[in-house]
Amino acid sequence: MNKIADNRAWWLVLPVFILVAFSALIPLMTVVNYSVQDIFGPGSAYFVGTEWFEEVLGSDRLQDSLGRQFLFSGAVLAIQIPLGIGIALMMPTTGKRASLCLILLAIPLLIPWNVVGTIWQIFGRGDIGLFGWGLNQLGMDYNYTSSTVDAWLTVLLMDVWHWTPLVALLCYSGLRAIPEAFYQAAEIDRASNWAIFRYIQLPRLKSVLVIAVLLRFMDSFMIYTEPFVLTGGGPGSSTTFLSQTLTTMAIGQFDIGRAAAFSLIYFLIVLLVSWLFFTAITHLDRQK
Amino acid sequence: MKMNKRKGFGITFYIVLLMLPIYWLLNMSFKTNQEILGTLTFWPQTFTLDNYITIFTDPSWYSGYINSMIYVSINVVITLLVALPAAYAFSRYKFVGDKHLFFWLLSNRMAPPAVFLLPFFQLYSSIGLFDTHVAVALAHCLFNVPLAVWILEGFISGVPKEYDEMAYIDGYSFPKFFVKIFIPMIRSGIGVAAFFAFMFSWVELLLARTLTSVDAQPIGAIMTRTMGASGIDWGVLAAAGVLTILPGLLVVWFVRNHIATGFALGRV
Repeated sequence: MNKIADNRAWWLVLPVFILVAFSALIPLMTVVNYSVQDIFGPGSAYFVGTEWFEEVLGSDRLQDSLGRQFLFSGAVLAIQIPLGIGIALMMPTTGKRASLCLILLAIPLLIPWNVVGTIWQIFGRGDIGLFGWGLNQLGMDYNYTSSTVDAWLTVLLMDVWHWTPLVALLCYSGLRAIPEAFYQAAEIDRASNWAIFRYIQLPRLKSVLVIAVLLRFMDSFMIYTEPFVLTGGGPGSSTTFLSQTLTTMAIGQFDIGRAAAFSLIYFLIVLLVSWLFFTAITHLDRQK
Repeated sequence: MKMNKRKGFGITFYIVLLMLPIYWLLNMSFKTNQEILGTLTFWPQTFTLDNYITIFTDPSWYSGYINSMIYVSINVVITLLVALPAAYAFSRYKFVGDKHLFFWLLSNRMAPPAVFLLPFFQLYSSIGLFDTHVAVALAHCLFNVPLAVWILEGFISGVPKEYDEMAYIDGYSFPKFFVKIFIPMIRSGIGVAAFFAFMFSWVELLLARTLTSVDAQPIGAIMTRTMGASGIDWGVLAAAGVLTILPGLLVVWFVRNHIATGFALGRV
């Protein structure tokens, strides 16, 4: 659609601009302000320049949780994307069964994040949870509150349970957009299932996969509530991810300067990725 | 044919696995605490509704649901009111800085809520909104407004521009055209945007918990607080969890064909 150039359109955008400026710009400026000062109390703040940034960047705490965060997000992508594509390929294509499938798949996405944590907290317990009990019955020594490996596996499994349906739903809607004629042509060519997947379905899924990868990256990068409820970040700090480290620093210890510097570094990483995201989708939009 | 059977088996197997944790939660919510802690049973031996009765009769429990409902509703109303005109502008007009503004909106959806925690807390405290429903509703606009703009922009771009022009020729003023003609035309888009604003506000806890203490406390915060108390009342906790799943489940049927659109920021 060709758009009309008219700067009066700003009047229509103004409410959004004011609202988002209020809830994003003012807070962000506050963070910037804090990150360059050392505050002892009202009226006694000292300008310290980049000291907080240097300290935070050099601290083990940030580096450790950043490392854990990248490991987690990487694992999430490596598992959920292929699994989601596989599920989308298996889903029925028409009729009541397709609708039913869509809704059942969407259920985990509609559950409040703390309840997702609660569900897995219960489900994974050796005494009252089906999953933990089952593994213990099979002779495995599974306990997510004491073993680092078990805690990691449980958090990962929880995230796979929670978010793989999103990847599957996106791929499903991508697959539905492929014209029937493509499959008929493949049938005439006697293409194998693998060839259909590799040369028809996969290329057509490219744009939804870009969105899926980046959404999953972003959301797993911001994960807070689910592991907080499930493991509380433990055992030790083995499942403490970036958001939780930051929250403890800002609200728990009220370490404002350090938390603010941390926030800005965190936000810059996310902003960089969302810029890549935006460039990728506008590029794909143009190709259409 | 054989292929289809295998696919059907695969998807059924996956959905059974997907439903297992939910079945377990539902199962526990109908049990007494003695049974939960005593033996592992796949079906409630002594079926009880006590856990649900506790929630519906104890104000400290059910007020959590009411609080969540209130701020979620306020959020949906604010989101739609500001997002509709903006989405129309993005879809129909070119104006100075439109692309930058669009990206800036997106970047807010991508901002980790933890980054905004402390400033939000101080901002809303300083203007006297701390522990009110409005504070949470406004804070959730941070990610819901960009999402709604993106979803609505997609739906609005699907309406031919000729309708707008015809309305002008017929002598409609812009506000009258927008309310009387345009909004009814994109009502399914508004429904989808409202659903996703509702949902993302309903599932969020970090901001909602930080911005409230007593009067506007969401159900999620009440659930985590109960865990810290002397021993855990597993049955009630499970029942509370089941009740938080219901609202989404009741309305998801209406948007089933647009689920992917909403989760993908309107880009599918």
